[in-house]
Amino acid sequence: MRLPAPNALVGGTLIGFLVVVAAVSSVWTPYDPLRLSFRAKLAAPSGMHWLGTDEFGRDVLSRLMAGAATSVWISLLTVALAVSLGTVIGLFSGYVRGWVDRTIMAFNDALLAFPGILLALGLLAVVGANKYGIILALGIAYAPSVARIVRGTVLSLREREFISASRVMGNSEGFTMLRHILPNCIAPLTVLATSMFGWVLLAESSLSFLGLGVPPPAPTWGNMLAGSRPYIGQAVWLGIFPGLAISLTLLGINLLGDALRDKLDPRMRGAR
Amino acid sequence: MLRFALTRILMSVPTLLIVSVSVFALIRLIPGDPASLMLGDLATPASIADLQARLGLDQSLPVQFGIWFGNLLKGDLGQSINSQQAVLPLILQRFWISAQIVLVAVALASLVAVPAGVLAAWKQDTSLDLSLVAVATLLLSIPTFWLGLLLLLFFGLKLEWLPVVGYVSIAESPLAGILYLIMPIMTLFLHEIGVILRMARASTLEVLRLDYITHARAKGLTEGAVLWNHAFKNAFGPTWTLIGLVLGNLLGGIAVVETVFTIPGLGRLLVDSIFARDYPVIQGCMLFVAFTYVLVNLVIDLCYPIFDPRVTAQ
Repeated sequence: MRLPAPNALVGGTLIGFLVVVAAVSSVWTPYDPLRLSFRAKLAAPSGMHWLGTDEFGRDVLSRLMAGAATSVWISLLTVALAVSLGTVIGLFSGYVRGWVDRTIMAFNDALLAFPGILLALGLLAVVGANKYGIILALGIAYAPSVARIVRGTVLSLREREFISASRVMGNSEGFTMLRHILPNCIAPLTVLATSMFGWVLLAESSLSFLGLGVPPPAPTWGNMLAGSRPYIGQAVWLGIFPGLAISLTLLGINLLGDALRDKLDPRMRGAR
Repeated sequence: MLRFALTRILMSVPTLLIVSVSVFALIRLIPGDPASLMLGDLATPASIADLQARLGLDQSLPVQFGIWFGNLLKGDLGQSINSQQAVLPLILQRFWISAQIVLVAVALASLVAVPAGVLAAWKQDTSLDLSLVAVATLLLSIPTFWLGLLLLLFFGLKLEWLPVVGYVSIAESPLAGILYLIMPIMTLFLHEIGVILRMARASTLEVLRLDYITHARAKGLTEGAVLWNHAFKNAFGPTWTLIGLVLGNLLGGIAVVETVFTIPGLGRLLVDSIFARDYPVIQGCMLFVAFTYVLVNLVIDLCYPIFDPRVTAQ
């Protein structure tokens, strides 16, 4: 067996590390991420607080770990929502065809005409800025790109021999869809879902940074960075570590996404 | 060519229409009476009744949309609840601030990243290619709000070369205006280099594998001629489209950069309006950015035939 590509290796390690940290943080963090300690305010990194403390004396490492769990959960749920919503719409639209399909896709494409984060901002104004609002808003904002890919796959497969064969064998349309067409959407969806995890994580951090995400005191990487802004001159670590965490995660996702695309997208085969 | 342009322009009309319907519907999804929402806390029964009549709230939804859309066509996006200013002039004023940052950053990034991407593809799998891709992937992975914060920390607080927060209009004081814009532009510039370089490299690679390139090389053309006259023209298409998408996406996502550098741009206007529940402004900003996004992509498509005449042939 060949060794995995270097980008898969580095990306996988980074994301694996993130998942482990997120899992560990739900049972153990060095300190309580919410506990205030005014004696240890803005303490520089040391043996006691590896990554220092913030303006309320809260341990930065503990807050980073708890923030990892929040980000991973929100991103996973959002991607799951976007993928299931988009798949249902795409399958249905590609299946019925005709004017229903054209109407659905016209709306779908119009939603794609909003930059993703803008649509999420608009939806947040309606559903309210909190954890569930973010999942709902980002899930809806990213579903149209899923619907587009699934519908495209459905349309390109519908007329193929193995699909006709399934019909001739007397299988119902619904069964054919689920048993033969849906599995063929999995490869492009995996590539999309991987990048989407990155987009959602970035969008969630951006929204938290703007104060429209998970409300404080609950830590997220985005709101930790936003909170660091007034103290950045005296406490550099507050501005460094949360940003580093986001960047390393996104780097991991991007590398993993590249590796997956090289493997699954036949157009890229041989092109590296 | 004319036919291509007309078809493409007509194709964007339904999109714009559906975008308007979506924005109209979005605000109507909020529970409560739209007129009291639009007027906020300062509303009096008389002003609410007045606005209700103006919005046609006693009529059916399609009629309400008709009235709203008619006002939109006249450029009337309503009034801000907070400042009582008309929404469109408010948006335009903020838009120029954001637009100068985004346009300069994307133009500079394209000038650097497109040649670099072509170079990386040409030298595929050499250490030059690998380092260019590595740098691009790294830049792409750093969120703009953190990159901005790092620049601010380094050039603003450590070296004290550049002003840290605030904004001065270039029209008022050109030199100070430029100084305040350097860091925000640099932030977006660095980030977009990553995005555009990777795209330019990937699309050049795809073209370089085609037979006509082998043919051009077999003819004995120099590598430079093969690359610029044959490969680049075809490879530039996807990158050009991406640049359009980047422009639109930046306009939607610029709020974070404007927050880092406290610049009163369009993104900040939208976010502040969400906090203040200033629904007419939220609605206006969303419409404005979505329309701009559609128009930018339209212009991008209309420029396509300049380097790829095949698109007009269909």
